[in-house]
Amino acid sequence: MMLFEQSPLFIVLLPITAALLCPLLSKLKKKLGSYVVMAALFGAMLSAFTTLSRTLNDGGSKVHYWMGNWPAPIGIEFVVDPLNSLVLCMITVLAFLISIYSIPFLKDEEWLVYGGYYSLYALLTVGLCGMVATGDLFNMYVFLEVMSIAGYGLIALGGKKSMLAAFRYLLIGTIGASFYLLGTAFIYSLTGSLNMADIAVRITPFYSTPLFAMACACFLVAFGIKMALFPLHGWQPDSYTFAHPGAIGFIAGCMSKVPAYAMIRVFFYVFGVNNPVVEHLLNVLGVLGIAGILIGSVMALAQYDFRRMLAYSSVAQLGYIAIGLAMGNMYGFIGAVLHLINHAFMKACLFLVVGGLTYRYGEINLYRLGGLNNKMPISTIAIILAVLSMVGIPPTAGFFSKWYLLLGAYEGAQYIYIVVLVVSSLLNALYFFRIIEQMFVEKEATLTEIHKPETKFGLPVTMIIPIATTGLSILILGIYSTDIVSRIIKLGLPEVFVR
Amino acid sequence: MTIIDARPFLAVGVPLLAVVFILLSRRHPNIREAWSAIASVAMFGIILSMGQAVLDGTIYEYTLFMLTDTIGFTLRVEPAGYIFAVLASLLWMPINFYSIGYMRCHNEPEQTGYFAAFAVCMSSVMGIAMASNLLTFFVFYELLTLASYPLVLHKRNEEALTASRKYLSYTLVSGQLFLAGAVGVYCISGTMDFRAGGFLTTDMAPMWVLQLLFVIMILAGSVKAAVMPLHGWLPAAMVAPTPVSALLHAVAVVKTGVFAVLRIIGFVFGPELLGQIGTADILAWFAATTILVSSFIALRQDNLKRRLAFSTIGQLSYIVLGAALLSPLSIKGAYLHLVAHAVMKITLFMCAGCIIVRTHLNNISEMDGIGRKMPITMACFTIASLGIAGMPFLVGFISKWNLALGALQAGKPLYILVWVASALLAVGYLMPVCRMAFFKPEPANDPRQYGSISYNMLIPICFTTFLAVLFGICPEFFPPNFYELATEAANQITAGWGGVR
Repeated sequence: MMLFEQSPLFIVLLPITAALLCPLLSKLKKKLGSYVVMAALFGAMLSAFTTLSRTLNDGGSKVHYWMGNWPAPIGIEFVVDPLNSLVLCMITVLAFLISIYSIPFLKDEEWLVYGGYYSLYALLTVGLCGMVATGDLFNMYVFLEVMSIAGYGLIALGGKKSMLAAFRYLLIGTIGASFYLLGTAFIYSLTGSLNMADIAVRITPFYSTPLFAMACACFLVAFGIKMALFPLHGWQPDSYTFAHPGAIGFIAGCMSKVPAYAMIRVFFYVFGVNNPVVEHLLNVLGVLGIAGILIGSVMALAQYDFRRMLAYSSVAQLGYIAIGLAMGNMYGFIGAVLHLINHAFMKACLFLVVGGLTYRYGEINLYRLGGLNNKMPISTIAIILAVLSMVGIPPTAGFFSKWYLLLGAYEGAQYIYIVVLVVSSLLNALYFFRIIEQMFVEKEATLTEIHKPETKFGLPVTMIIPIATTGLSILILGIYSTDIVSRIIKLGLPEVFVR
Repeated sequence: MTIIDARPFLAVGVPLLAVVFILLSRRHPNIREAWSAIASVAMFGIILSMGQAVLDGTIYEYTLFMLTDTIGFTLRVEPAGYIFAVLASLLWMPINFYSIGYMRCHNEPEQTGYFAAFAVCMSSVMGIAMASNLLTFFVFYELLTLASYPLVLHKRNEEALTASRKYLSYTLVSGQLFLAGAVGVYCISGTMDFRAGGFLTTDMAPMWVLQLLFVIMILAGSVKAAVMPLHGWLPAAMVAPTPVSALLHAVAVVKTGVFAVLRIIGFVFGPELLGQIGTADILAWFAATTILVSSFIALRQDNLKRRLAFSTIGQLSYIVLGAALLSPLSIKGAYLHLVAHAVMKITLFMCAGCIIVRTHLNNISEMDGIGRKMPITMACFTIASLGIAGMPFLVGFISKWNLALGALQAGKPLYILVWVASALLAVGYLMPVCRMAFFKPEPANDPRQYGSISYNMLIPICFTTFLAVLFGICPEFFPPNFYELATEAANQITAGWGGVR
């Protein structure tokens, strides 16, 4: 029973322990470290689901976990409500799946790279989970940095060009983190507290002070950079293109979504949306979201590298989340959160397939995909599912987030969002159906195989399973979206939206 | 009386199940096509088993799961949808046998994919016919778009690529518009369930909102119904194999567009509300223009399939016009014409396919004297052509009669002139084909290479021609008693107007 009580902690504790042990164990025996990391990620996944069921059993109450049993405003706490634990489940599921997926990429590497990769990978998970679970603004900064540094490392592992991409991300990312720190400092100077729940109570008298507005702006820029919100997305296309192909699924799936979720936490749960500053800020977010959707989609159309196209499509999809939040009503919020989760799985799925292509052929030209349906059948089905979801065709997951976004737009009478959503779906169709056309219509491309296909599905089993699982999850998330919304997300809504 | 019964989902599921078997037995063409045939017969059986009960007023309903918190993934069988379901499943059987013959005689590539995609299309058509709310309708509407896309792309050449892009861009735009409209309807009314006579009322929203929503949703339906100027995809899609043109682009896909228009007019807005907001008149004008313009264009087409495509565009607008007139008899006529046009046009397209396979001819101007080589085909073609022109004792007459009466009932007799003109034009663009086939001598030293066609292709043609005559002579023929179903559907929709018989 004790263990059960500690479940929020284990989500972070297990991966961090594994991350620290991993290089050491890899020195002993090359693969040992990676097995420990995978086991730890599996444990983290179980803990996340345990936590989710705990919060749901209590009828959606918050679970507070005090580090070292120091009570909240003084000590650091983890706060897990249904929404948090849902996001935690998403992160840990993807983390575990993709940790298996990366094995074939590393099998020829030295122990240092092998251990280092898994160590960084586990740290990335720690950072992501920590950001979601923590109930403390400064603690979030720590996890943000853990995530970023692990991310820089994993991107830099990708090969020649990746160094530059990683360095660029490092520079921009550090600016983002600095803004975050600045914002936290402003808030601390106003309220004298770093605990989120505490700030939420104490901040109300300061709603009209300029310092509060400054702090909000700082947070917007900080999270905007980290989630690659237009026009702060400059680091993203290069990073996604050149990052380590084993980890890119996880990086693309979670590394921009979790800051978006952190932003939701800060603005909706800590500052509250019923004050003029945050209201204005949401309007800004909406405008940026619209611009991001349109420009990201158009840029995606112009790419010939599959990964770059997906990166720009991510910029556009983040715009969906932004406009969902900007609507400032319950449906918009649900749509944003649902899209955050759905998109993580869709993008992960697409990048896993792209990683598979890199693994087998070392080349990912959009116009050289002909005959892929025969070479890699399961991956092709996964791509098709993900594409349908991106375009928003029911019953795949992507449709349902769009559905709630549309409802939100109607409810808020913000008809411009409807136009944008419709146009964006069509743009998505434009650049994603191009891929399907290429696969089925073009003559078989002559590609040199770097790695022989080990199974008749064209990829090693350890890669096929994650690809198939994420592909299937797109359908499952779609069909069970009602349950996810009404049983989980609705329990964790910010108080303004609860009716 | 509403009965909870999973049979509607069974009808949707059977073709999907067949897809799995089709893909598994891709190396054995005979077994593969047997699955397709079994699925079509099974589906028709399932649909038919609900027939008498539906006429007696039973409503079958089943919810598979909830799509959103308030809207279920629900299928419901009532007369208006049942007509379409019977029609599509009835015609899938002959077209299936025809496909087998056509694809083999014509040596088409990728036949497995073809049969699989075809089955998915039929599954989604069943879903569209029986969907009980706008969202379920939308799910199948999009599924149909996606499943028919590979069929248009079938030839995998430059022309097919262009056509499929055009097809996809039209139909996806239509889907998105439909969704936007549906969400709007949901937001003002809080429900999406189809109800005969409509569920929207004037006190739900300001007039301009209702008008805007109507325009958006009708636009969405009109794209698939190929109402001009949104018809561009249909002639382009003729690049698909002829059985696809026959079933999908004369019956299934375009009819879902028309069916969507009927659903929107009859079951979302309702004739009563539309009479007040007045936008239906605009639709009627567009439909009337389409009927005339497309007939004139059809006159000038030399490619037989394209000529039939433009004829389809015109005939579809008969139905749209019937629905837009809002009177009980015109709506009844619309439902009847849904059936009539399907039976006739599928025959015409199958004949065109036979001509292609047998003589490799696409252009009408080269078809001199082919009637001597293929008398049965051309005889069927002639009968179906007369039906399109509206000759009595053929199926097209009854529907047009009702449409014309409906125009009188609505107090807009001028539209009758449109139909008369169109019937004359139909004679003008279809009869020359028959005349050339039968009365012109074959060219002296015949350069044409005659291929062979199998009975698989001829028997379905005779079957549908037989249906066209049968429904023309005794429209109340049971099992699929289309006449009574259409009457019942129109009665339910226009209950406020008083019943019609």
